[in-house]
Amino acid sequence: MSNFSQWASMGGYALFVWSAYGVAVVILGGIALQSWRRYRASLRALDKLQGSSRRRS
Amino acid sequence: MISRLANPTQFMKASGAVLPLLAVAMPLVLLVGLYLALFVAPPDYQQGESVRIMYVHVPAAWLALLVYLLVAVASGVALVWRHPLAEIAAQSAAPLGAAFTLVCLLTGSLWGRPMWGTWWAWDARMTSVLVLFFLYLGYIALANAFDDPGRGGRAASVLALVGIVNLPIIKFSVDWWNTLHQAESVIRMSGPTIDMSMLVPLMVMAFGYLLLFATLLLVRIRTALNERRARALQLSATPTPSPAGASPVLQ
Repeated sequence: MSNFSQWASMGGYALFVWSAYGVAVVILGGIALQSWRRYRASLRALDKLQGSSRRRS
Repeated sequence: MISRLANPTQFMKASGAVLPLLAVAMPLVLLVGLYLALFVAPPDYQQGESVRIMYVHVPAAWLALLVYLLVAVASGVALVWRHPLAEIAAQSAAPLGAAFTLVCLLTGSLWGRPMWGTWWAWDARMTSVLVLFFLYLGYIALANAFDDPGRGGRAASVLALVGIVNLPIIKFSVDWWNTLHQAESVIRMSGPTIDMSMLVPLMVMAFGYLLLFATLLLVRIRTALNERRARALQLSATPTPSPAGASPVLQ
C-alpha cells in the first residue's frame, strides 16, 4: 500500500501529473464517445429509412 | 488505390473491414503505452516524476500538427478536384485535431506550472499552438456557418490552406525565437537526444494516439456518409407536389 501511495504521489507532482492524464482521458475519451454515439444514431436513422430490411453495423 | 477508396461505396467497404481491427489494436496500444509511461519509464534527473506529463503532451502536439496537415491537404483536393469525400474527410478530421490541440495546450500548462513556475507565457511556441487551436475552431465554424454547405465548405477549405503557414512557425519556433519551451529532442536532423528509456514509451503512446485518430476519423467519415445517404433517402421519400396521377417514386 505504501508502495502504491508513493507511486501515486509522483514525487510531489501528483496534482500536475494526474490532472494532465485526467485532461487527456476526458477530452480524447469525450470526443471518442461523441463520435461513436453519432455513428450509432446515423445507423439507426438509415435503418429506419430503409425499413430495417438490411442490418448494418 | 487512393482514387478507388475515394469512391464512397468503396470507402464504406474498406473502412468497414479495417475498423474492427483498429478498434481492437487502438486500446491495447494505448494501455501498453500508459503502462510504460506510468510504471516503466524512469523519472527525469532534473524534472523528477513530472516528466511523465510528456507522454500525454508530446504525442498530442504531434497529432495536432499532423491532423492539420491532413485537413489542409484534403481541403486543397476538395477545392481543386471538387471531390466530395475529400471535404468530408477534412471536416471529419478537424474536431479531432482541435481536441488534440486542446490536450496539448492544457497538459503543457500543467507541466509548465511546476517546471517553469507559470501556467502560460506568450512566447512563440505557445502562442503559435494557440493560433493553431483557433484555426481549427475557425475552420469548424466556417464549414457550418452557411445554409448552403457548398459555400461554407469552400470558405473553410481556403482558411485551412492559408493556415498552413502556421505549421513551420510552430515547428521551428523553438529554434527561431528564444522561447521558454525546450527545443526539439526527438525529430532532429542529427537523431533524437532523448534517452531510449523515455523514447520507447513516447513512441508507443504516439502510435496509440495515431491509432485513436485513425479509428475516430473512419467512424466520423462513415457517420457523415450515412447522414448524407439518409438525407438523400428522405428527399426522395417525401411526397413532392407532383402532376396529378404521377405516383411517387420509391426505392
